[in-house]
Amino acid sequence: MSKEQTTPESPAPLLEEEQEADLGRLSYRQLVWRKFRKSRLAVIGGVILVTFYTLAIFAEFFAPYDYQHDNVRLQYVPPQGVHFFGEDGFHIVPFLYGLKQTKNPESGELTYVADRSKTYPVHLFHHGDKYRFFGLISTDIHLIGSEGPFYLIGTDRMGRDIISRIIYGGRVSLTVGLVGVFLSIILGSILGTVSGYWGGLTDILMQRFIELLSSFPTIPLWMALAAALPSNWSGIQVYMGITVILSLLSWGGLARQVRGKVLATREQDYVLAARAAGASHWYILMRHLLPTAYSHIIVIATLSIPGMILGETALSFLGLGIRPPLTSWGVLLEEAQRVTVVLNSPWLLIPSLPVVLVVVAYNFVGDALRDAADPYAS
Amino acid sequence: MLNFIARRLLFAIPTLIAISMLSFVIIQLPPGDYLDQKIAQLEQQYGDASSMAQADQLRKHYGLDKPLPVRYIKWVSGFVHGDFGESFRYEKPVNELIWERLAYTLMLSIGSLFFTYMLAIPIGIYSASHKYDWKDNTLTFLAFFGMSLPGFLIALLIIVAVYKVMGVPLFGLFSPFYMNQGAWTWGKLMDLINHLWVPLLVISVNGTAALVRVMRGNLLDVLGEPFVRTARAKGLKESVVLIKHASRIAINPLISMLGMSLPDILSGTTIVSIVLNLPTVGPLLLQALQDEDMYLAGTIIVFMSMLLIIGNLLADIALAWVDPRIRYE
Repeated sequence: MSKEQTTPESPAPLLEEEQEADLGRLSYRQLVWRKFRKSRLAVIGGVILVTFYTLAIFAEFFAPYDYQHDNVRLQYVPPQGVHFFGEDGFHIVPFLYGLKQTKNPESGELTYVADRSKTYPVHLFHHGDKYRFFGLISTDIHLIGSEGPFYLIGTDRMGRDIISRIIYGGRVSLTVGLVGVFLSIILGSILGTVSGYWGGLTDILMQRFIELLSSFPTIPLWMALAAALPSNWSGIQVYMGITVILSLLSWGGLARQVRGKVLATREQDYVLAARAAGASHWYILMRHLLPTAYSHIIVIATLSIPGMILGETALSFLGLGIRPPLTSWGVLLEEAQRVTVVLNSPWLLIPSLPVVLVVVAYNFVGDALRDAADPYAS
Repeated sequence: MLNFIARRLLFAIPTLIAISMLSFVIIQLPPGDYLDQKIAQLEQQYGDASSMAQADQLRKHYGLDKPLPVRYIKWVSGFVHGDFGESFRYEKPVNELIWERLAYTLMLSIGSLFFTYMLAIPIGIYSASHKYDWKDNTLTFLAFFGMSLPGFLIALLIIVAVYKVMGVPLFGLFSPFYMNQGAWTWGKLMDLINHLWVPLLVISVNGTAALVRVMRGNLLDVLGEPFVRTARAKGLKESVVLIKHASRIAINPLISMLGMSLPDILSGTTIVSIVLNLPTVGPLLLQALQDEDMYLAGTIIVFMSMLLIIGNLLADIALAWVDPRIRYE
């Protein structure tokens, strides 16, 4: 995804022989972008990711309600349909019906049906829950909403709008992977470069330690570490704790790959030349060794994000990860744990959809990036 | 070869010691301990003075009054004669609690591994031999999808689906009738097999999807090699070239991946077991972690790591056995 944003305007499609001739003219980035773009799945994945991240960044605006906006009288409301045709014919503006609550006399269960006597048109730029945009501008404008109940995919046990909670939850679920990968890139590339460049005892110790880490089973270790987060921590602290835990196991693999890359380039003529010219270790590392491993690092990082997203989801699902009131897709799925509840309110499973979509998208993008990272191969 | 195995086994010992240390430290991380909860309970019952005395007694009994290194040494030295400490919650020695569950864990993990490879290899071969036609594209898409479905979600969906269709919850490995029957009978075995396929399938999905991709890629690489062209030039049937010549070589990297897919399988088993409530160590670990039942949790983590180390060793041996080009100096 970062590729798409950092690359300037893309070159026009070229014929095969022209492409050959272009190899010398285009920059590395342009070549990577050209190859990446050829993969249809990767482009679809990229679009999905951009959409989800946009939704998460502007969650307050896109979500019809605040994620904590609850309503005890509207628990487990099923998804409401959006209609164009009412009893009085076609409406240009789509509308929703009101809700009628009925109580099952035997079980005492509450069910909701559409109240056809009331119609509420869908408003664009609806005035709803107040929020501060990026903590700065105070406003109450939401992309869509209506005067009446507006629960497109239903509500949960506290009468909170699930679609709003999914959009807000994306903030945690989508960034946990990014922050975690960022941490493991920093750790992995520093330690990997050091290990490969200096070799000797440092290298051996580092490799043994990584092997040790990789002989722990992932989920059980994550569970143990997550359970160790103090219960009095604030939401932000828990969030940071979880990302650190998730990156703890992935930096090792990254460090190994970087080490291999550095080992291969360490003996190259240009590195020897730099050393002969009196360049410091630090300069050689930063200027010559790390950049050769960049593309590799980015690919591995992209491919390890989905694992982290799934990790967060799984931990939160088990009740060890993100804790309410903070919400994430895993927290939302935790509510779907009880089978009897899910049977009556199957829409509680909808939060699994974004998880799967985003992870598929990352896999598409990562796979294409891996192929594109070496654009000179035919 | 024997030399190699012996060296690997020797090397596993320091690794295990390091793992036990790390596990112990991790388990100690949460502030407070199980007894804190218990003491709070006692305080409510008896008031202050007597509960303090009782708490001290309990601490002494479990050795919690001693410093960390001492507790660690005491715990680890018990391992040699099969003593893994005592579970606070169950008030029983840990080794009485875990053996049966470990056996089920092992059975499920090995079963899933078997399932994974049995499914992935043929699908991978099929996909590679139909490169870029619609069947291959469909399989590729499905593989990406399968890689992205979290195990617990598949488990959850299956439970809901089974409940909806059959009206009975699908939990555990046995029907209620056989659940409390201690002795193994033919009926109990069949009942187990009947329940087993769902968790096996669920745990295998992720691994299968990933391996299909690898197998396909490997085979495509191998199909470009000169010896495959030679085989075709000799006029061999395409199926013989594909299966006997190309696939045999393409499988090797998959065998070296056996060791790498084990942690994933074990992770999958843990989390799927929790959702499906299977009698493996997974649910026990979750509960022990929540209760800060540290010896129990620590022992489970050590055992899981031990399974991984042994699995890795077996995978290396299998690779050496299948591919005679590999030599161990």
